[in-house]
Amino acid sequence: MKIRIKFAKRGAMKFVGHLDIMRYFQKAMRRAEVDIAYSEGFSPHQKMSFAAPLGLGLTSEGEYMDIEVHQSKSSKEMVQALNEVMVDGIEILSFKKLSDSSQNAMASLVAADYRLTLRKEEPFKQREKLFQEIETFLNQESIPIMKKTKKGEKEIDLKSLIYHFSVKEDSLFLTVAVGSAENVKPELIVETFFNAKGQQMPEFYFQIQRLELYTKDLIPLEEVGEDIE
Amino acid sequence: MRKLALPEEVLLKIEKPARYIGNEVNMVRKDLSEIEVRFAMCFPDVYEIGMSHLGIQILYDMFNQREDIYCERIYSPWTDLDKIMREQKIPLFAIESQDPIKEFDFIGITLQYEMCYTNVLQILDLGQIPLHSCDRTEDDPIIIGGGPCAYNPEPLAEFFDLFYIGEGETVYFDLIDAYKENKKAGRSRIEFLERAAEIPGIYVPQFYTVTYHEDGTIQRFFPHNPHAKEKIRKEVVMDMSHTYYPKKPLVPFIKATQDRVVLEIQRGCIRGCRFCQAGEVYKPVRERSLEFLKNAAYEMLKNTGQEEISLSSLSSSDYSNLKELVNFLIEEFQGKGVNISLPSLRIDAFSLDVMSKVQDIKKSSLTFAPEAGSQRLRNVINKGLTQEDILNGASKAFHGGWNKVKLYFMLGLPTETKEDMEEIAVLSDNIARVYYAEIPKEQRNGKVQITASTSFFVPKPFTPFQWAKMCQKEDYLEKARIVNAKMKEMLNWKSLKYNWHEADVTVLEGVLARGDRKISAVIERAYQKGCFYDAWSETFDNDKWMEAFDELGIDINFYNTRERDLDEILPWDFIDVGVTKEFLKREWKRALEEKTTPNCRISCSGCGAKVFEGGVCFENKN
Repeated sequence: MKIRIKFAKRGAMKFVGHLDIMRYFQKAMRRAEVDIAYSEGFSPHQKMSFAAPLGLGLTSEGEYMDIEVHQSKSSKEMVQALNEVMVDGIEILSFKKLSDSSQNAMASLVAADYRLTLRKEEPFKQREKLFQEIETFLNQESIPIMKKTKKGEKEIDLKSLIYHFSVKEDSLFLTVAVGSAENVKPELIVETFFNAKGQQMPEFYFQIQRLELYTKDLIPLEEVGEDIE
Repeated sequence: MRKLALPEEVLLKIEKPARYIGNEVNMVRKDLSEIEVRFAMCFPDVYEIGMSHLGIQILYDMFNQREDIYCERIYSPWTDLDKIMREQKIPLFAIESQDPIKEFDFIGITLQYEMCYTNVLQILDLGQIPLHSCDRTEDDPIIIGGGPCAYNPEPLAEFFDLFYIGEGETVYFDLIDAYKENKKAGRSRIEFLERAAEIPGIYVPQFYTVTYHEDGTIQRFFPHNPHAKEKIRKEVVMDMSHTYYPKKPLVPFIKATQDRVVLEIQRGCIRGCRFCQAGEVYKPVRERSLEFLKNAAYEMLKNTGQEEISLSSLSSSDYSNLKELVNFLIEEFQGKGVNISLPSLRIDAFSLDVMSKVQDIKKSSLTFAPEAGSQRLRNVINKGLTQEDILNGASKAFHGGWNKVKLYFMLGLPTETKEDMEEIAVLSDNIARVYYAEIPKEQRNGKVQITASTSFFVPKPFTPFQWAKMCQKEDYLEKARIVNAKMKEMLNWKSLKYNWHEADVTVLEGVLARGDRKISAVIERAYQKGCFYDAWSETFDNDKWMEAFDELGIDINFYNTRERDLDEILPWDFIDVGVTKEFLKREWKRALEEKTTPNCRISCSGCGAKVFEGGVCFENKN
C-alpha cells in the first residue's frame, strides 16, 4: 500500500539537513511501529522517498514523503502514532493512501509555495519600500537570467518560472516551478532582484519558509491521496 | 520553541549546525525551577565522536533519573565554531538548556584518550572558567575528571577540582548529596572538596604534595589535608545485571561515528594481555545476565528506532552466554531489518556461522589482532593467539567464501627484534598461501586481500609494561620501513597491503600517558600556542608541542625512553586498582622471560582483583 505523508519542519529543525531528516524518519518509522516495506538483501532499506529536499536553514509547513507499507491503521491513528515519536519542530500533518497507479511525490511535483520574511526587523517604511520594489521587479514581462548548465550557460526567463507572487504585510509569497523539469529556488529570485539594482544581497537577509508542494493544476500533493478510515 | 545559544547567522555559517542545537530523540527536558543540581557531562571531542560513547549515555540516564538533578551534555565546538565563539565572546553552552556552562554546579569531563587533553582546556576556556583549579571561585562549577585516563590523572592535576577514579555508576550520588548538604549549610567550595575527598574513589589533587628527587623522579607523594585519603581505590560495579543502563539512548540527527545501539555484554577481560590497560583496570570480569541484555536490546531498539545493534566488550567470545544471546538477537530482530554487529569475536566455526548470517560475505572482512608477528613476541605480550589459530580460522573462512583479511599489529613492543618485525610480513604471507593452496581457482572470488596495519606501542599505567622503554620517533619509522621492505619480498606480495601510523602522536601519547604533574604546564603551553583536536591528523601540530616542551625545559626522553626502576614511585601509584604492583612486576618479569600466564578462567594468577569480591574470581564458587 502506497502512503503519502505530509509534515512540517519548524524552528531549530531547520538546521538539520535533508539527508539527516531522511535518517530521522527511517528511525521514526520503527519507533512508531509503522509496518513499512523493506527492500531485499543484507542491508534492507525502507521503501521511502521524499518529494523535494529542503535546504538547510529553511522551515516548512508542507513537506512530503511517500512510503510503502504492508498494512495500516486509520489515517488518524497513524498521524497520532507518528506524532508521539516526533521531536519538537517536526509535526505529521497527514497520512493518506495513494492509489497503486499514482506517481510518486518527486515525479509528480511541479510547483511550491514559499513565504519570505526579513530575518531582522527593519523599520516599517523601509520594508514596505523594499517589498514594493520587488513587486515592481517581478511585474516585468520577462526576467532573463543566465543559468549555468553542464555545457556552459544559457539564457532562461525567470519570470516564466514564477507562477504567482504577492506581498502581504511582512511577507513576500511566491509560487514557483519546482521539480525535475524546471526548478527555481526562491533565493535566486530575490538575489536577481538585488543584482538588477547593482547590489549584493546581504548575507542571510531573508528567512524562507516553504508552505506547500503541488502537482499539476496546482493541486496540493496531499489531495492526491485519500484518508484511511 | 527552545532558545538557541548561537545566533542563526552563526549556525548557518558553520559546518553541521545540528551538532549544537540539541533536541535529539530522547533528549531529557526538565523544568529548571525544580532542579537543585545542574550537571554537565562533557566529552571533549567533536559531537559525532562524543555521541558514540556508551559511558556518557549510561551516566546521562543515571543522573536524570534523579528529580533534583538535571544532567546535560557538552561537546567540543569544532574549529570553525571555536573561532567564531572566541571572536564574538560567546560562552560555551550545554546542549539541552543552551545555557552557559559556567552557570552549572558540576562539569564532568570524560578522559577517554590522552590526545584530547588540550580539548579539555578549550572547554574550560570557551566556557569562561579559570583553567586552574586554584583560580576558581565560589561561583565557578566543580570540574570533575573521569574515564580511563583518570587512572593517571597527574598530567591534568592542576586543571581539575577532583577526579572520579573507576566506574561512574557507584558514588556519584554520594558526591552530589554531599554537595547539596554543603550548599545548604552555606559552606565553602574548599569545604565541599574536603568532604568529597572522603568519598571512596574521589581524588582531590590539590590536597596532595609531590616532591621530587634531583633526577626528576618522585621522592614522596602524600596527602597534606587530613580529609584526603592515602590511597584511592577505584570504584567498580559488582552486580552488572542490577545497575543503570539507558533504556532510551539519545539518537543524534547527524550520523554519529557509532550510529547504533550498544549492548555492553560484560566489563573487563579474562585475557591479561600485558600491553592492555583496559584489561587490568576493568578487572575482574563481570558479565551481565542474558535476561538483562535481552531486555535492554529490546527496549533500546524500540525507543530509538536504530537499525543496528552492536555488542560491546573487550573480548565478546569470552562471554559465557554468547551463543544464546546472538541467536536471540538474530531471531528476534533480523527479520525487522535490524543489522547485528559483532566486533571483537574470535574467528572460529561459531563466529563464522553467525557472521555468514548477519553480513554479506563478499563485502565483509575477517579481523585478527595477533598484535605481534612472532610467537616469541606474542608470548612476551601474553597474547594467546597462535599462528595455527589464525591459519585455521582463515582457512575455514576462505572455504566459507571470505577473501578479505585485516590484521592488526603493534611495533615497538618490549624485547622486539628485527625478526619479530619481519614475521609480520611472513604471517601475512602465510595467510595468503592458505588461500591459494586451499581454494581452487574456479571457486576463488578474485585475489585474497590481506591488509596488515601496525600502530606503535605506548606503555600505559597499571599494565605489566608500565616500566617499559619507548623509542624515539625515527626508530619507530625505521621499524615500519623494515616491515614494509619485508612485505615486498613475500611470495604473495601482490595480495598484501601494509599501513602504518605516524610516529609523532605516539611519542606525545607516551608522555601524556605516563606523565607527572610537571606535564600540566606543557599541555597548557601547547594549548596557548593553538593546539587542540590533537587526535585529528588535520589539526594536530607536532611542532607547537615540541616548542612547548623546549620552552619549558621538559625532556621527553625522561618520560619515554628512560628505563624506569622497579622501585621508582610512579605518578599513579597512589591509585589502587585492585591489581597489585607486585602482580604487575611479576608479569613484567615473566614477559622478559617469554613466559605466558593463563587467563582468569583457566587459573587464578593472584592479580589482586579478588579484593572486589565478585565477577570471574568467584565464578562456580558459590
